[in-house]
Amino acid sequence: MKVAPASQTLDVIKLRADFPILAREINGYPLAYLDSAASAQTPRQVLDAMNHVYEHHYANVHRGVYTIAAEATDAYEAARDTVARFVNAASRRECIFVRNATEGLNLVAYSYGSANCGPGDVIVCSEMEHHSNMVPWQLLASRTGASLRYIGVTDDGRLDLDQLAAIEREGRVRLVAIVHQSNTLGTLNPVREICDWAHARDAVVVVDGAQSAPHRPVDVQALGCDFFAFSGHKLPGPSGAGALWGREELLKDMPPFMSGGEMIQSVELEKTSFNALPWKFEAGTPAIVECVGLGASIDYLEAIGMEAIAAHEAEITAYACERLAAVEGLSILGPPAADRGGVVSFTFAAAHPHDVAQIVDRRGVCVRAGHHCTQPLMKRFGVPATTRASFYLYTVPEEIDRLCDGLEDVRELFA
Amino acid sequence: MMDENFYREQILDHYKSPRNRGELDPHDATAEGQNPLCGDEITVDLRLTDDERIEAVRFRGQGCAISQAAMSMLSEEIEGKPAVEVAALGREDVVELLGIQLSPVRLKCALLGLGVVKVALNSSVGTPLPEGFEGLDEVTWT
Repeated sequence: MKVAPASQTLDVIKLRADFPILAREINGYPLAYLDSAASAQTPRQVLDAMNHVYEHHYANVHRGVYTIAAEATDAYEAARDTVARFVNAASRRECIFVRNATEGLNLVAYSYGSANCGPGDVIVCSEMEHHSNMVPWQLLASRTGASLRYIGVTDDGRLDLDQLAAIEREGRVRLVAIVHQSNTLGTLNPVREICDWAHARDAVVVVDGAQSAPHRPVDVQALGCDFFAFSGHKLPGPSGAGALWGREELLKDMPPFMSGGEMIQSVELEKTSFNALPWKFEAGTPAIVECVGLGASIDYLEAIGMEAIAAHEAEITAYACERLAAVEGLSILGPPAADRGGVVSFTFAAAHPHDVAQIVDRRGVCVRAGHHCTQPLMKRFGVPATTRASFYLYTVPEEIDRLCDGLEDVRELFA
Repeated sequence: MMDENFYREQILDHYKSPRNRGELDPHDATAEGQNPLCGDEITVDLRLTDDERIEAVRFRGQGCAISQAAMSMLSEEIEGKPAVEVAALGREDVVELLGIQLSPVRLKCALLGLGVVKVALNSSVGTPLPEGFEGLDEVTWT
């Protein structure tokens, strides 16, 4: 057996101690959590930050005059400043708290999309999109009469950008929605190049950053996109809180998405005016404590360093690709390790992915099986489903080894 | 954060007996504004001299003591001053007038009057709008 490399970049063993759940045993084995692409685990520091709000500062935000209401508001708005710094926004007014990336993408589709797309316009997304960055655009097209065109995927799991030439002949390109890092293939897409292409045609670019923001440095200004959405629970943070970044000049002119309390300036029976950015897009009581937790998870990541996290995951991904590729009957979808994030999807001749996931769980290994909310991509590769292992700052080589041991169990059982 | 000086004598006096309360007819500039957090409302009328000084101020409205007292104090402060000078006033000037520490929520109350004055001046002589003013994004229906 190969000897697993020691991480050159992070003190992973020390970091693992921050995550209480990693002390769990499953079926007599330590938990090997290889499903961070679905949802990441949460460190003690983030849990403590959220508990601290509930125990000392909890009240509804924005309206209260009393001391703890002002403190809760300060904590919530400080988390917004943290998000702004995390993605390098030009202003905190550009950062809107949402439930998750899905809600952020829907906000853009309903608010910007409905106001700016119509017959003769072309909306572009790709065959590798998660359903959350595909279905909102399908609905937008059917609502507005715009047409929707897809960038295809090459055999090695990259966007086939040569197809853009044919796509733009079909009408006026208004909006391009693209995933930064594929949740199924791990492919890192050339967002900057796509933005340059789209902006040369006066189209805006919406980036699904759910899989990139937790794992590598993100600078929305350097990427050149117009909207960028991510989820808190794919960082080491809570579910229920995420963020949408958008260019202020676009957000300013967009109609509200959800409506109700907090997003208003004044309400009369015949006319209503709306609050300033970013609150115009935050109707109702937000996920106050979860947003504070999202801020705390960013603080946690930044204390480690996004570059160091990305470097650790690159090491682990290279190791996983090497070990898995050596398993007989296993084939990996997507590009070489060097061109992907910490996600490896594969098929295994011995058994269906659901059976694989069930059997490796006997060794405490958590992997996902299914279509990963990318059914068109499964169809593209002619597979009904894949098994997916995904990694984070706390992943160690021993967990990959145990996955491989589990795959041998599968082979024996189905022989 | 807040002490007994918060509602100091001078603030209560301006609240109970506001200076320059009422309307100006005719006037050279007018504007109204609300603070949705507290429900404060202020409408300001201004009369200007030929060389763009504030000749007279009248305001009306309703709301918390901080919003109304700040507007009353401000009305005395700006009378006779050039419009450009008034448009350059900032939050620290209003805080100084009130003479108390304010939390971010209450600061919005305190700054409402100055914001309305700046909007009125902007519409009349083109001085700068209040910081962060984005206009009201309004939807009407019948």
